[in-house]
Amino acid sequence: MTAPLHDTSAETAPVDPALGDGAGGGKSIEGRSLGRIAWNRLKRDKVALTGGCVVLLLIVVAVFAPLIVSVLGHPPDKHHEELIDPLFQTPKGALGGISGDHLLGVEPGNGRDLFSRIVYGARVSLLVGFLSAMVAVVVGTVLGALAGYFGGWLDAAISRVMDMLLAFPQLLFIISLISVVPNSMFGLTGTGVRLTVMILVIGFFGWPYIGRIVRGQTLSLREREYVEAARSLGAGRRYILFKELLPNLIAPITVYTTLMIPTNILTEAALSFLGVGVKPPTASWGQMLSQATRYYEADPMFMVVPGVAIFITVLSFNLFGDGVRDALDPKGSR
Amino acid sequence: MTTQRSSRRRIAASAVAVAALLVTAGCGGGGSDGEGDGKAPGFNAANGKTANASDKKGGTLKFIGTQDADSWDTTRGYYGFAWDFMRYYSRTLITSKPVAGKESSELVPDLAKAKAKISDDGKTYSYELRDGITWEDGKPVTSKDIKYGIERQWAQDVLSGGPIYLKDTLDPDGKYKGPYKDKSKDKLGLEAIETPSDTEIVFKLPKRNGDFEQMLAMPSASPVRQDKDTKSKYGLKPFSNGPYKFESYTPNKKLSLVRNPEWKKSSDNIRKALPDKITLTLITNSDEMDKRLINGDYDLDINATGMEAAGRQTALKEHKGNIDNPSTGYIRYAVFPQTVKPFDNIHCRKAMIYGSDHKSIQNARGGPLAGGDIGTNMLPKLVPGSDLSFDPYGIAKNDGKADVAKAKAELKKCGKPNGFKTTIAVRNNKQVEIASAEAMQASLKKIGIEAEVDEYDGAQTTGIIGNPEYVKKKNYGIIIMGWGPDFPSGQGYGMPLWHSKYILDNGNNNYAMIDDKKIDGMFADAIAELDKKKAAEKYAAINAEVMKGAYYLPFTFEKNIIWRSSRLTNVGTTDAFSGRYDYAVLGVK
Repeated sequence: MTAPLHDTSAETAPVDPALGDGAGGGKSIEGRSLGRIAWNRLKRDKVALTGGCVVLLLIVVAVFAPLIVSVLGHPPDKHHEELIDPLFQTPKGALGGISGDHLLGVEPGNGRDLFSRIVYGARVSLLVGFLSAMVAVVVGTVLGALAGYFGGWLDAAISRVMDMLLAFPQLLFIISLISVVPNSMFGLTGTGVRLTVMILVIGFFGWPYIGRIVRGQTLSLREREYVEAARSLGAGRRYILFKELLPNLIAPITVYTTLMIPTNILTEAALSFLGVGVKPPTASWGQMLSQATRYYEADPMFMVVPGVAIFITVLSFNLFGDGVRDALDPKGSR
Repeated sequence: MTTQRSSRRRIAASAVAVAALLVTAGCGGGGSDGEGDGKAPGFNAANGKTANASDKKGGTLKFIGTQDADSWDTTRGYYGFAWDFMRYYSRTLITSKPVAGKESSELVPDLAKAKAKISDDGKTYSYELRDGITWEDGKPVTSKDIKYGIERQWAQDVLSGGPIYLKDTLDPDGKYKGPYKDKSKDKLGLEAIETPSDTEIVFKLPKRNGDFEQMLAMPSASPVRQDKDTKSKYGLKPFSNGPYKFESYTPNKKLSLVRNPEWKKSSDNIRKALPDKITLTLITNSDEMDKRLINGDYDLDINATGMEAAGRQTALKEHKGNIDNPSTGYIRYAVFPQTVKPFDNIHCRKAMIYGSDHKSIQNARGGPLAGGDIGTNMLPKLVPGSDLSFDPYGIAKNDGKADVAKAKAELKKCGKPNGFKTTIAVRNNKQVEIASAEAMQASLKKIGIEAEVDEYDGAQTTGIIGNPEYVKKKNYGIIIMGWGPDFPSGQGYGMPLWHSKYILDNGNNNYAMIDDKKIDGMFADAIAELDKKKAAEKYAAINAEVMKGAYYLPFTFEKNIIWRSSRLTNVGTTDAFSGRYDYAVLGVK
């Protein structure tokens, strides 16, 4: 990702003719926006498009979880002990108790409906995934751009901080942090506190990754002719940063964000697995997996269901992210 | 008696469970080669009674386990299974009767000729040693060896970890500094124990204690010979005076015992000493262990913490004749600290007892077989005075369902008709406890109580729930825990939980913060009672008093599902060893 994408809105930058080779072919060559070009590319990438559709579906499911569950499932915290074999604590019936009433079966021990717990679990995963990525992007872009543009002692300071954070044992830090966080803060209690802390901390440890990329890009972009031109015409720092540099940073930032979300989802799952994520009875995929370890041979479905949910989510985000990268970066592997 | 020791054992016990949980694996089919149910004596055939009685000698008895002893040094071990196993190589003045079931908690002489001659004031216990008792090098075991062995309890700076009941009882002010700092020439400076001759030993107690002989029956009262005392390394190769001696030991891997030729059957009424060799193999994966047991590769699980879900399923379905379902002597419970509002009000505490769905909690703990019977009071089965049918709150009535009407009435009396918010503290390394907390949470929601589940670091129990200040700060209105007796007596079980003396700033076990002069007085009275029957009644009365205060919601009288191979003979669970088999009498076909 060394080659910058030229912004058509910047008057000094001509359209890269290489970008116009895709569609059309007929009449005169029109100037098209970067977004449009990328979208045309993405449209032709079936794999990425499928990933994108699944991501979209997941978002819809998460947003409308209460509605979906009221139609297709049972309240996620309701115990159905009548569906549990009293001797073995495993669900009655085949495949973890899958039936028309319980689409993905029930949890061993207490008989909670797995379908509704998966649906509600998607909320936690996506919320943490998205918001912590946002935190990382905002902090990373601002500090990365500042470091790259101004250089000197500011660059040195920010870069060293990034190096430090990258070397920090993130997971261990979060585990110990969560155990000292009070039960209520920022006007929230219980799961709310845990979610906020997770989002902030995962975001905080994520920004150096994006910060480095932005810094590198800024470093090379600020020496470009069109920036020089703007500067010689008397443009201020603010103008150069926001009008000349930032638009060209959008592509790498977008790509990195889409790839960062699934990583964050996995981190959330890991934390919940270790018992420092959301608090019970709030459903979370990682927590379900950790409970499933008790039953993994007696009731394998209980492990398969959340496992597959995590797998599908992360895979679709990654496929979609790869597609976006290919679409935005003409000199990449495509 | 000291809470710290007790909790240590519990931590140890939980470590076993944790290890078991972390390494969950499976135990699917497991062919039944040579392990056909035809040969196995049947489900619960060895639960509280002896199955396959036999005197056939020879063969190798093969133990397997997932947790090594904290130490095989008789002074330092605190795991119950280790106490059971130590009888192979170590003898005590008296010990528990080698029979299955309830009778096993009776004490019988082992190194001594008879039980103690107790003076009229109940403060002097004298024993005479029997003939023919020897060390593995053929020298006789003397009363001085016993005294030296007991004195080692005072050397806590070198030999930490074991129970110190004798130290606390014989020398409550801690005047003696232990054998390693002893200035007398023979290192036998402890004044409370006298050895008039090599075959006589006399204990002088500063205060009467009805459980004193129980303390002498623990392996921590075993003889140790001074010239063989390797101090902190003694646990790697203890010097035997029992029927077997250490052949080799690699911690956390392997242990094997072979016959001690110097031991004479005529000197020992307790041990059958049937197998020629005894081996212990330690692995880390408890599901793998279940699998190997079912496969017939090993005879029994030394830890006896119960099979995992998958192993249980296979065993119950295909080899039901090979399993027993004994009580472990543990009670699993929720406790309501009075320092956390609104649990200072007895009616709010009662509302919790009535409002919880006991059946659903039992399910979360593994159901009636693997979890245990629904708990109704706080005195477990193995403690004299216990009465499992004593159910002052009608917990087991109506199939353990919650009594919502009564709960709401109590809430009204408490001044919280619409419920309140509180926090359930639960160890994060115990899945079963988290599941119980969730079950309790779900049922309390129905009476308007919003209980939040807080999972704390399970390795930090003493500093978190054991710290009353912290409990208050974190608003832990409900603490989920479990407790079992070190020795079968109300003193060994209840003192740390209910006596005001045991409210500690750290390592507290009186989580309910019971500071009741009446209960303290009842304890003093019961401890001084030398008549076992009367003492049992007195402990039952203490239990009733504790239940009256509604400090506890008992979850289950814990039970286990444990495996015994079809080869085992003389196999039977004992009350004395918390529902484990008596290892000293086992043989193999």
